[in-house]
Amino acid sequence: MANQVTGEQGFLANLGKVYGIYTGGFLAFIILVAILEQLGVPNRVLGYMFVGFTILVYAIIGVLSRTAQVSEYYVAGRKVPAFYNGMATGADWMSAASFVGMAGSLYALGYDGLAFVLGWTGGFVLVSVLLAPFLRKFGAYTVPDFLAARYGGNLARFLGVIVLICCSFTYVVAQIYGTGIIASRFLGLDFTIAVYAGLVGILVCSMLGGMRAVTWTQVAQYIVLIVAYLTPVVILSTQKYGIPVPELMYGQALQDITAREQEMIANGLAQAATLKPHVTAFLTYDRLNYFALILCLMVGTASLPHILMRYFTTPSVRDARKSVAWSLFFIFLLYFTAPSYAAFAKLEVYTNVIGQSLDALPAWISTYSNLDLVKIYGITLKGLGGGIGAVKAALAAGALDAAGVATSLQAAGQDALLASWSALSEPVKAVVFEAVKANPAIVASDIFTPSIQAAAQAAGNTTGLLTHGALAIDNDVIVLSTPEIAGMPYVIAGLVAAGGLAAALSTADGLLLAIANALSHDIYYKMVDTKAPTSRRLVVARILLVLVAIAAAYVASTRPSDILAMVSWAFSLAAAGLFPALVLGVWWKRANKWGAVTGMIAGFGICLYYLVGTRYYAVGFYEMWSGLSGASDAAVTKFNDLKAAFEGAAPEVKASALKALDTHAQTIANWFGVRNISSALFGLPVGFAVMIVVSLLTKAPSKAMQDFIDEIRRPKGKELMEGGNLVTEIH
Amino acid sequence: MAKSNSEGHWAATSRLMYIALGIWAFFAFFIHFFVNSLNAIVIFGFPLGFWFAAQGSLIVFVALLFWFAKKQDDIDSEFGMAEED
Repeated sequence: MANQVTGEQGFLANLGKVYGIYTGGFLAFIILVAILEQLGVPNRVLGYMFVGFTILVYAIIGVLSRTAQVSEYYVAGRKVPAFYNGMATGADWMSAASFVGMAGSLYALGYDGLAFVLGWTGGFVLVSVLLAPFLRKFGAYTVPDFLAARYGGNLARFLGVIVLICCSFTYVVAQIYGTGIIASRFLGLDFTIAVYAGLVGILVCSMLGGMRAVTWTQVAQYIVLIVAYLTPVVILSTQKYGIPVPELMYGQALQDITAREQEMIANGLAQAATLKPHVTAFLTYDRLNYFALILCLMVGTASLPHILMRYFTTPSVRDARKSVAWSLFFIFLLYFTAPSYAAFAKLEVYTNVIGQSLDALPAWISTYSNLDLVKIYGITLKGLGGGIGAVKAALAAGALDAAGVATSLQAAGQDALLASWSALSEPVKAVVFEAVKANPAIVASDIFTPSIQAAAQAAGNTTGLLTHGALAIDNDVIVLSTPEIAGMPYVIAGLVAAGGLAAALSTADGLLLAIANALSHDIYYKMVDTKAPTSRRLVVARILLVLVAIAAAYVASTRPSDILAMVSWAFSLAAAGLFPALVLGVWWKRANKWGAVTGMIAGFGICLYYLVGTRYYAVGFYEMWSGLSGASDAAVTKFNDLKAAFEGAAPEVKASALKALDTHAQTIANWFGVRNISSALFGLPVGFAVMIVVSLLTKAPSKAMQDFIDEIRRPKGKELMEGGNLVTEIH
Repeated sequence: MAKSNSEGHWAATSRLMYIALGIWAFFAFFIHFFVNSLNAIVIFGFPLGFWFAAQGSLIVFVALLFWFAKKQDDIDSEFGMAEED
């Protein structure tokens, strides 16, 4: 025991050295892989080396950090220095979506996408100024602990747990989904296997050591992810502009993009109506939605339990504040680089892809077309491959022409092939059929060019050049393809994959711990078995962690279609459900139990109602609230027409008429035009208002509670909780 | 004395909170109302309105948090509310 303690003190005293050596080792490993690549080792082996090596390191850290102490398990013994907690929070915060998708959103949305950059950074100001230091002084293990102490009992705790699970579970599912996507793309693993491999990667980091293990792996993961994110774009900036500071150099790219946009419109490669100039504001989101989104993301950031609980691990209140500053600094390194990724990629696509002859497109287009991520006139190599399979089966079943393929497949009961066939457009069907008929051994890449040429002709494009409107790029491609676009060796692409995995795993770890801790500490220990001994608490915590992880991996393996949209909802739900109760709990002594309980229910309830109503019950929602809808007259007429069409539809087309009606209704089912991603715009004020009014109408908190709040407000003195229990009960 | 100290500490803490949130609100929202006018100014190729949303505001947030941590430490020491080391 004594030995273990000194060993640990040695670790904490030498953190700089330990992580310095780790970073050096990681860079050496990258160089090693680069050398192996030059020696001709195949890319796939290099990819496995990257992913295998990094996950092995995380697992070793996880096992070395195992613990049998409750305070180590829940809050890493409150010994994490501000600087390292900042890095861990950075990894905790930046998810697969930030790493892989953010630059892509900026590519697609231009200025309007910056709402995400602003929203996901500015929230940390609220964390530091309004919440983190006070929660640290309180000394809780979980966020619901604070609600229970401040608002007298388990009702508030229970509501807090519900909000926490609602916003964290979909989020963790999305992270595991992300690991599956990255692993299957880079390693060629089957998606489901990749999901469960990701699950193992997450569990080895968190199960044995809880918060302590997650903290030290997250620091290691931050280093991997930031090196992986910055390297390609720094190289690109050096190649193009001679200076390795992309954040400074992409101003020139912005100018070039603007010039090229005008040129494309002038020579007919793009339509002024559909091309969104990169630097022009409010083309996708109107002003209301742009600012509402920033607000919801910021307040949501300040309310997400897996972020707040990271500040429970610092040695002092002062360190908690410093740590938020370091967190934002480390997050900032990635977020203020993302716009340069987007600009460089856009300039590349606008100059070297759009306007090229359809038979001479760059090679990376086909790489991502193979993965269904780049579409030209809706055509991908993957889709063509499916079409070839369909034609072969149909020819075997006796089809004579392209029009006969569908009936043959239907008769043969080949539903999967029929679906791939139906996904192709008519001119492409003809090309595929004739090609396969002439040569059954043909592969998709052989007919790619003729297919897009046929589709271009059908679309009235007689120039033979690729136009802006014909090209669709998935958001994920921007970061993933940058190494390839710039002609960098595969080692860089492998590095990016390892970075994306680090981002997904680290966020999943933090979320999983937040959910499992809420269940084991708040539900089991505080509500079910308040006398449970330490050893049993830890066993329960670990069992629940594994169960939640398996449930999340299972949901991810079913590829839920709405998962990415649901993640963005987490911010609004957390903001409306938790922010008023947390902030007023510290800053307003008059706030009491009934105010908090009703405020949480009202704020969260409104938010959930708006999200679910506008997304899943759009027709009913619109009809109930049509007076508040931001719909234009034309949209209202269209709604009425579709509604009439649905009501008069014959039974066999009823389903498709309903789908058309529902799709349109989703665009007009709203209050004042606010998108459902910003539903906290309603939930927040309602939550605050209800909480304040009900608090004032009911009894003021006791003197003991007032003293308790005073204690939280001053950094000096001991924590108010120890070992997960209040030191003095508040009556 | 102890009581007034406590009140003084909270008053100073609250004042700092309002200042910090004021700066935050200015760079999170207010300045972006004028993006179209700011975009007319171009520095190193960056239209200024775009630059503030992409980078300027972020730099301010980071600096603000380090400044805030320092200021709150000063307040805690001044009123004898700082933690013992």
